[in-house]
Amino acid sequence: MNDMRITEQRVDTHEIKFSGRDVHVYYGETEAIKGIDVDIEDKTVTAFIGPSGCGKSTFLRCLNRMNDTIDICRVTGDITLDGEDIYDKRIDPVQLRAKVGMVFQKPNPFPKSIYDNVAYGPKIHGLAKNKADLDDIVERALRRGAIWEEVKDRLQEPGTGLSGGQQQRLCIARAVATEPEVLLMDEPCSALDPIATAQVEELIDELRSQYSVIIVTHSMQQAARVSQKTAFFHLGHLVEFGETSEIFTNPKDPRTESYITGRIG
Amino acid sequence: MTNDKHIASAFDRDLEAVQAHIMKMGGLVEAAILDAARALETRDEDMAADVRSRDRAIDELEALIYEEGARLIALRAPTAGDMRTVLSVLKISGNLERIGDYAKNIAKRNSVLVQMSPVDGSASDLRRMAQAVELMLKDSLDAYITRDIELAEDVRVRDGEVDQMYNAMFRQFLTYMMEDPRNITGCMHLHFIAKNIERMGDHVTSIADQVIYLVTGEMPTEARPKHDRTSMMASPEAE
Repeated sequence: MNDMRITEQRVDTHEIKFSGRDVHVYYGETEAIKGIDVDIEDKTVTAFIGPSGCGKSTFLRCLNRMNDTIDICRVTGDITLDGEDIYDKRIDPVQLRAKVGMVFQKPNPFPKSIYDNVAYGPKIHGLAKNKADLDDIVERALRRGAIWEEVKDRLQEPGTGLSGGQQQRLCIARAVATEPEVLLMDEPCSALDPIATAQVEELIDELRSQYSVIIVTHSMQQAARVSQKTAFFHLGHLVEFGETSEIFTNPKDPRTESYITGRIG
Repeated sequence: MTNDKHIASAFDRDLEAVQAHIMKMGGLVEAAILDAARALETRDEDMAADVRSRDRAIDELEALIYEEGARLIALRAPTAGDMRTVLSVLKISGNLERIGDYAKNIAKRNSVLVQMSPVDGSASDLRRMAQAVELMLKDSLDAYITRDIELAEDVRVRDGEVDQMYNAMFRQFLTYMMEDPRNITGCMHLHFIAKNIERMGDHVTSIADQVIYLVTGEMPTEARPKHDRTSMMASPEAE
């Protein structure tokens, strides 16, 4: 009977990529994350949902130490990537961020050519031996970003001249150019129209075969469509974490149910 | 399930409206069962004709509920308990429509049966069986609207009693037919009526299953005791 069911949501592996234990985050005196334990699987799309201010973006930013750039921000607890503590003193945050790529809410291409947008990361990380090598990396990344066909004849034009949806896919191509292992996406479609959103979602589904993707979204339907696992955050707590199909049909916690059905949480 | 209101109040109104249609449909179907059975016992052709003509209203309500369910899915993209509510109204309206059809079929057979001499006591037996099913239906709808899974479970168990009544009648009709071939036509119709009522009980049980699914998110897995043994019966004697 199993093969008759919808297979799209199936998780292919259960290897743990990221692991958080008793994670607390403070902004000055304010505790934004109040003790989170979570295991995020490889080759899986995990969606973080929850009302504004619930801590989902804050937690996402802990995963590539983006919070380091905020002076008053303090993180306690353990976060490991492949078993390694990412807050260890020996870890170089720049190297970490090459491994853990990020795509933001608003497409933010550099004011450079399409080619240079993608080539920048591999160049500074020394991933290309020569020009031909770099050309290959750029093409591969743009293909993976599902935008190659649209830009291959105008690689020297500015990235900022593309449409919003194309810019966002360019940013995804830029993020995958450094061969990351995890892709963090903070509301990647909130500034896009439905067609561009569908293209990015299709892309996310393809990326899942190689990366662990973590997406923060305010669109419940988007979480339902693209993810295999869903985590519901509320007031700094991880309230419920499980299979997306389970969370959206039969959530166990009444707060999850209130939130996803559009009731006051 | 949570009883809090949605932020979008129109969503609450839509969900309430579609469930109100179910209750209205349920009321019409309950009346159809009782009237079809009473018409049978009292050999009342006018009442039977009335039951037949009222089936259209039941069918129309089913179509309306289907339409509203589709609209809710398209416009509100319901999830969790809301989604189960929409799924349950679609399924329950289908069950009610089938029960209505069985009642109509009983009323149809009435016009043949009134032309024959009555078969001993069978009309009142059938009426008792129909009353039992009608009460199960009433309870299943009460369980639905109050989200009472204990009552729903009770309905599921009581379907076994209806099956027992059907077994007994099956034997009785076999006996009558063996005794006198002139009973065959009447008993054939009466048997179909008994079978219709037994099937009604199965649809009511399905409604009770929906109540459990709606409240718990899971279909009842525990198999109900099945008591319809007629598919194995070769003679009126009990095995």
